[in-house]
Amino acid sequence: MRLLYYLSKTQAATAKLGVLFSIILLFVVVACQTKGPKIKDVNTGMLLEKVPDSVDFTFHVKPILSDRCFKCHGPDKNALQGSLSLHTAAGAYMALGKAKDRQALVPFKPEASELVVRIHSTDPITQMPPPESNLSLSEYEKEVLEKWIAQGGNYQEHWAFSPPTAEKVPNLNPSWGANEIDAFVYKKLLEKGLDPSEAASKEVLLRRVFLDLTGLPPSPETVKAFVSNTDPNAYDKIVDSLLSTADYAEHMASEWLAISRYADTHGYQDDFERTMWPWRDWVIHAFKENMPYNTFVTYQLAGDLLPNPTKEQILATGFNRNHKITFEGGVIPEEYRVEYVEDRANTFGTAFLGMTMECARCHDHKYDPISQKNHFELFSFFNNLDEKGLVSDRNEVPAPTMRITPEDQKGVLAFLNLQERQKMPDNNGIDKGMEIMVMQDMPIARKTFILNRGAYDQPTTEVFPNTPEKILPFPEHFPKNRLGLSQWLFAEEHPLTARVAVNRIWQRFFGQGLVASSYDFGNQGSLPTHPELLDFMALKFKDGGWDLHKIMRFIVQSDTYKQNSAVSEKALQLDPENKWLARAPRLRLSAESIRDQALAISGLLVRKIGGPSVKPYQPEGLWKETTGGGGGSTANYVPDTGASLYRKSMYTFWKRTVPPPSMLTFDASNRDLCSVKSQQTNTPLQALVLLNDPQIIEASRVLAEKATKKETKVAAQLAYIYLAATGQFTTKKVAEQLLALYHDMEQQVLEEGVLPEAYLGIGEKERSFKEKDTAFTALSLTAHTILNLDLTITRS
Amino acid sequence: MSEKKIIEERSLQLNRRAFLGKTALGIGGIGLASLLGTPYFNTTKNGVITSATPNAGVKGSLGGLHHPAKIKRVIYLFQSGGPSQLELFDYKPMLNKRRGEDLPESIRNGQRLTGMTSGQDKFPLVGSQFNFKQYGNNPAWISDLLPYTAKVADDICVINSMYTEAINHDPAVTFFQTGSQQPGRPSIGSWLSYGLGSENDNLPAFTVLLSRGTGRPNGQPLYTRLWGNGFLHSLHQGVQFRAAKDPVLYLNDPDGMNKATKRNMLDHLAALNDAGYEDYGDPEIKSRIAQYEMAYRMQTSVPDVISTEKEPDYIYKMYGADAKIPGTFAANCLLARRLAEKDVRFIQLYHMGWDQHENLPGAIAKQAKDVDQASAALIMDLKQRGLLEDTLVVWGGEFGRTNYSQGLLTDTNYGRDHHPRSFSMYLAGGGIKPGLYGKTDDFGYNIVENPVHVHDFQATMLHLLGIDHEKFTYKHQGRRFRLTDVEGKIVRDILS
Repeated sequence: MRLLYYLSKTQAATAKLGVLFSIILLFVVVACQTKGPKIKDVNTGMLLEKVPDSVDFTFHVKPILSDRCFKCHGPDKNALQGSLSLHTAAGAYMALGKAKDRQALVPFKPEASELVVRIHSTDPITQMPPPESNLSLSEYEKEVLEKWIAQGGNYQEHWAFSPPTAEKVPNLNPSWGANEIDAFVYKKLLEKGLDPSEAASKEVLLRRVFLDLTGLPPSPETVKAFVSNTDPNAYDKIVDSLLSTADYAEHMASEWLAISRYADTHGYQDDFERTMWPWRDWVIHAFKENMPYNTFVTYQLAGDLLPNPTKEQILATGFNRNHKITFEGGVIPEEYRVEYVEDRANTFGTAFLGMTMECARCHDHKYDPISQKNHFELFSFFNNLDEKGLVSDRNEVPAPTMRITPEDQKGVLAFLNLQERQKMPDNNGIDKGMEIMVMQDMPIARKTFILNRGAYDQPTTEVFPNTPEKILPFPEHFPKNRLGLSQWLFAEEHPLTARVAVNRIWQRFFGQGLVASSYDFGNQGSLPTHPELLDFMALKFKDGGWDLHKIMRFIVQSDTYKQNSAVSEKALQLDPENKWLARAPRLRLSAESIRDQALAISGLLVRKIGGPSVKPYQPEGLWKETTGGGGGSTANYVPDTGASLYRKSMYTFWKRTVPPPSMLTFDASNRDLCSVKSQQTNTPLQALVLLNDPQIIEASRVLAEKATKKETKVAAQLAYIYLAATGQFTTKKVAEQLLALYHDMEQQVLEEGVLPEAYLGIGEKERSFKEKDTAFTALSLTAHTILNLDLTITRS
Repeated sequence: MSEKKIIEERSLQLNRRAFLGKTALGIGGIGLASLLGTPYFNTTKNGVITSATPNAGVKGSLGGLHHPAKIKRVIYLFQSGGPSQLELFDYKPMLNKRRGEDLPESIRNGQRLTGMTSGQDKFPLVGSQFNFKQYGNNPAWISDLLPYTAKVADDICVINSMYTEAINHDPAVTFFQTGSQQPGRPSIGSWLSYGLGSENDNLPAFTVLLSRGTGRPNGQPLYTRLWGNGFLHSLHQGVQFRAAKDPVLYLNDPDGMNKATKRNMLDHLAALNDAGYEDYGDPEIKSRIAQYEMAYRMQTSVPDVISTEKEPDYIYKMYGADAKIPGTFAANCLLARRLAEKDVRFIQLYHMGWDQHENLPGAIAKQAKDVDQASAALIMDLKQRGLLEDTLVVWGGEFGRTNYSQGLLTDTNYGRDHHPRSFSMYLAGGGIKPGLYGKTDDFGYNIVENPVHVHDFQATMLHLLGIDHEKFTYKHQGRRFRLTDVEGKIVRDILS
């Protein structure tokens, strides 16, 4: 492996292939060897397997070296202690000390390896890691390192920096498995001694695929029709139809807004309003058109640099301008301009490379082969705008910008919903249209320097656009600008792009990527649970023309996806985190989906696509109590009325310094920075939102009205509401429970524990029932309870 | 064992495992084990889980402390906008003598200026319009603007040698609250909630109270990320207690619904959720049931703690007339004491309006009046209840103000720009040695003795809580983050 460093580029590429096969082989072999009694790691408390007979560098050794040693013996040259680096074989085998008589690592000879001596030492002077690092090694970890050296102390390239390779698909189990996904998953299950779960019921599967693809549940009518449909292709037809909906496009866009840190305000201090929603609407449009991922990304990174760019291509580059911009009087403009460029470069790193580029701003990366020079070379691609660090006038749209006129709606920007925006008449009363932030490079590039400690006022060496060579060297013939950067990103041999993208897609359907750290494919990131499957999917995505529909269809057609999500005792014991996918995961709905679902099932949802962001109910005074003297449209929250109260959550106005509180409570990204994975928490504040937010109470009432119109008998009304909210039919037991709840609520109304007039009066939507109607009030209260069910806010 | 029994047995472990997996937060989740309605896990100082103990409250990830703590809780009276140290604590008579003279370049010594004064061609020195006297046994200079604070001089440690790198509000406040100038990191209260957990099962460990100053009512804004959980679990986000219809967002039952109905509804909800648990065996369902119970308890505990009507008259006299007006700094100080009594870990107040670029004399007098009596009353009140000995009270803003006038200097009027290189704050309570610490030059511009950086302050606060700031880390995206980033020294001189 060491040889690689001395080979020329082309030779290296060929050599890499061979190496790769062995890496993949190792993935397989290693997995088979890690059985046996479980022991607990004293350091992490996590259950561990016993030290494997054959220790693997990638799986067993490097996570330890990276986490405990690289900080002082890793890629950061300036932080190296005792001239020892452990991230390369050459560094580890080097003779050390004045007399050059010691080696940290002597292959096959742990007793002669200084590393082994040091990790066992109890002398604070020689002990490794040293006490002041606050790091330590468990006995298990020490044993792994020792055994690794005894077995030769071999190094391997970081798995994620070698291009994905096509692996032989394991033989399918004849009784289980619909496509290659299942073959790879089944193989792992066998190794782990697990069995796949049975298929989920039709109604559970339907709700799952609806929520996963569109963020909305199926209607009761759709569930009933599907359950009684005997057409073997019924499911596939539904998948196809869902993929073509605007709901799908909006749901996909919703995730992209978090990745792109999209917001309706500038984000610092007075946090003035900005108009970027036409960019957001372009994102929806792109997903609606099933634009190939490479085109989608290229437009956003470099649409303006394409030959004769269309307005659509230029608008797409707004992606790079979604970062925060300061209007705080008195800041030093260059300090903030540097932050904006950093944000663009780091977003690129997180979203497309799955690398923590920001860690190499102040010094070389501590864990990954990304130098500070690499960092600023990447920075330089994004450093060429004629932009201001400080914008003074809150009405100013920070340059560079493009103008969108009403005329444009007749051309390539026909997808824009321009009707409801405020008109901007010029001196002659003609609507000037809108000004939107986009990318535009200056004719003469701004010089980029490595910034000492990352500080804007400490430039050192000049650098030029380039990419980290360890990931993939930047080809000579590519233009040294953002267009070249996107060509590099989608170059045939790029090791990361497809893996990172497909992993994020996988995360949508399984809650967790095949690489759990979807934001970090580096040395400190998680290892893939199913490396061959990840590569298979990456290649399938790439070779299939980066077609999102195709890859998603493939996933939802797998038996792995269609499994039941109930946990068996055995599966719980063997795989509490469901890493091996012996069942489908239960996932709490996103902040957006929880609200959207309530609106949809009640019929309140207004399905209008795009346009200016809207202001639904929000507790009074939230903006006012934190606002400063800046004034403007973000000083005071004025809720909308009518249809705008019932738009999808992705259209809710996002003020970055005071985001919509119920969205944050349910773990929506705060849009400060690029976010590719959100938490899924379970907190008391969430209970308060679902119990007391007028939006939910109003939806309950309107849902009860709908049930009353559809069904006449109480039991049927309850069953309807339950089916609408959970996608499931009531069992006898649940039906009884619901009826008991309903009767108790009726009793509460009679005893004046609930005042119908007040309770039913919540929300703006007009009531179609008499205020004193006890039965209806009880039904509303029951619907309200059902909207709080775990089953309602979870996709099983 | 029946299958159900086995599932229950497993759920304890699974709950934690599933949580760890689902959030990708690693060991971070353990601090909320009891909030999840399950017994918490005992942990060693490295966050190693050693055992599970039922019904024992909310424990933090740290489990054991790094060393014995001096304090159990913090009340942080954040003075937002940058209070002028030269009018409050840092007495510089020379500035009065040399009033109007230009700030010598040798003193400024390259300090970067904000865009608000970098264009001025003169930097006319200006001293305080208000008089100072010395108070206390280890005397500190305190201005006439703070007569009540002067009375507690023997309880507070005034630090005149604070410094920061940030020169503007947003980055400077963010720096104080999160240890980083750019947004994205957890705030101090979130760190503590995560590390130490809560000693109160019915109230959040981290609460936030806001008030608006009268000195500059339309001054600098605040941002909810200042009490955000950053990359920590959202249970650790600061919960705002508001002077509004809903004291905590969404706390009140819907209009027209009484407690009995709500209780009944919750009982049915729990039963239905239990049925879901029977079907799926997913311990998240159990924990959701527990969350609803916690929410229900908050609906009682929050109104209880914020209803101050029963406080005796002498208390209102101590805190001042404003204490009866919800949402004022004085009312918030009184609430802070009540929250401290309930063992809320971190009580964060923000008082806005200290940004006196112009009309400083008039405006700062109002700002000082807003906070002086109640701040002192809080200290006295905690003391008389025996709470001051294990509480840390912090009073201070994000930076100081320049020794020269921003804008025109007249006989009666001047303003001051932001000054990061020296400013004042005070600390009171457990483990703190009262008196005066740190010194600036006669110009009140540069620190000449015992500088205290923002990270030093943070390290010292953690130290008092029994936490070694270098060991208290959270691994996020492969890197171990600290509140104090990579800096911070404990200021041992001010410890008793």
